[in-house]
Amino acid sequence: MESQKHILEARGLCKSFGELDVLKGVDFAVKPRELVIIIGPSGSGKSTLLRCLNRLEEPTAGSVIIDGVDLMGPKVDINDMRRRIGMVFQQFNLYPHLSVESNITLALRKVSKKNKAEAEDIAARMLDKVGLSDKRTAHPGELSGGQQQRVAIARAMALEPKMMLFDEPTSALDPELVGSVLQVMHDLRDSGMTMVVVSHEMRFAREAADRIVFMSDGIILEEGTPEEIFEAPKHRRTQEFVAEISR
Amino acid sequence: MNTDVPRGRWEIFVETFFRQDLIDEYSGAILKGMVVTIEIAILVVLCGLALGLVLAMIRAYRVRAINVVITVFVDVLRALPPLALILLVYFGLPLVGLNFSSFVVLWLVLTLVLAAFAEEIFWAGILSVHKGQWEAARSTGLGFSETLTYIIIPQAIRMTVAPLTNRTIAITKNTALGTVIGVSEILNQATTAQSFSGSATPLMMGAIAYIVLFIPIVAVGRWIETRFAWRRA
Repeated sequence: MESQKHILEARGLCKSFGELDVLKGVDFAVKPRELVIIIGPSGSGKSTLLRCLNRLEEPTAGSVIIDGVDLMGPKVDINDMRRRIGMVFQQFNLYPHLSVESNITLALRKVSKKNKAEAEDIAARMLDKVGLSDKRTAHPGELSGGQQQRVAIARAMALEPKMMLFDEPTSALDPELVGSVLQVMHDLRDSGMTMVVVSHEMRFAREAADRIVFMSDGIILEEGTPEEIFEAPKHRRTQEFVAEISR
Repeated sequence: MNTDVPRGRWEIFVETFFRQDLIDEYSGAILKGMVVTIEIAILVVLCGLALGLVLAMIRAYRVRAINVVITVFVDVLRALPPLALILLVYFGLPLVGLNFSSFVVLWLVLTLVLAAFAEEIFWAGILSVHKGQWEAARSTGLGFSETLTYIIIPQAIRMTVAPLTNRTIAITKNTALGTVIGVSEILNQATTAQSFSGSATPLMMGAIAYIVLFIPIVAVGRWIETRFAWRRA
C-alpha cells in the first residue's frame, strides 16, 4: 500500500505528431506537496509530457488522473480541471492588451465567477506574493521578462490550483532576472504547492526538488532524489546529460 | 501682352471649375448628396466590419463545411468589381421578384464587399495571434469562445487596424458607384447638375465634398493606428 495518495497519476501516456512518437508510454505520478523536476535533452518529450497533463496536447493513448478525476474521461469538464492545474510557460504568455491586474482577474471573473471586487482583491494579494504590487496597472510590455513571469505565476496561483506545471519558466530570461522568478517558486514550494517543473536550473533542482525525472527519447529513463540523479546517475545517457548541464 | 495670356487662362479655369452662380445654385444639392453619402458610408462601415468580424470568428471554429461557404463567399466578392455586382443586383433581383431601392442595393453590395475583405483581414489577424495566447487562456480554464472573445479578437483587431482602415476608406469611397443606379449621393448630384449646367463646376463641388468628407476619415484612421499601436510584450 502506498503511504500517500497520488495527486497526479499518468499511465502509459503516448503522444505522436504524425509519424513522430514524442511520448512512448510514460508512467508518471506525483504526490501532494511534492516538487518534481523533469530534465532531459531537447526533444526528449519533457514539454509534451507537461502539456499532456492538462490536455493542452491531446494524448494519443494513456490516462491522466488528477485529484481522482480521469482527465480523459468522457464526462470530464476539462475547463474546470484546467482551472485546478496552474500552468506557467517559457514565453510567459501574458495578455499584452490587458493590464497586469486584468491578466489575473480575467479567469477569476469568467471561470471562477468571482465579482469584480473579489477578483481584484485576489489579484492584489497574488501580486503582493510575487512582489509586484506596484505594477497592478502596468501592461505586460512595460515589464521585464522576470516581472512578466512572476505575473504569469500570480495569474495561475490566483485560481488556487491543486498543482502547478512550469514549462522551462526561466529559459527565456536574461541571467540576472532568473533569481527573482526562482525565489517566487521557492516561496510557492514552501507554501506546500505541488509542482512539476521542466527546468535545467541545477541549483534550484538541488535545493528544492524532492525528485528528479530524467527523460530521454520519449520515456522516463531514470528518476530519483537530486543526489541520486546528480551524484550517481545509473544510465550512461543520464550521466552524459548531467555532465553536460553541470559544466 | 505677355501677362494677359496666363491671366486669361486663369479666368477660363475659374470660369470652368468655380463659377459662383453655379456654386450658389447647386450647393444645396451637393449638400443633400453629402448627407446620402454619409448615411450609406456609416451603414456600410458598421454593417460590413461587423459582418466581417462575425464571419472571421465563425471561421475560427474550423467547421469544414461552414468554412468552405465563407471562403467561397469571400473569394467571389473580392474577385468581382463592385460596380459589376451593383448592376447585377440592381437589375437582376427585380427579375426574380425582389425589388430593392437603389439605396438598399448600394448599401447591401458595399456591405458584403467590405465584409469579405474585412473577414480576410480579421482572419489573418486571428491567425497571427501567438499560439501561446490560446494556451495560456485555455490553461486557466477559459473555454474556446471565451478565449476567442476576450484574448484573441482584441489582439487581432489591434493588429489589423491599419489594413482595415485603408480597406474601409477604399470601399466607402465606392459609394460613388451608386450614381449608376441613381442613388442621389454626391457624385449623382454633381453629374446631374453638370448635365443641366454644362459646366464642370458641380463636379468640382462634388470633388471638394468628397475631400471634406474623407480627409477627416483618413485622419481618424491615422489616429486609430497610432492609438492602437501598443507596446508588444
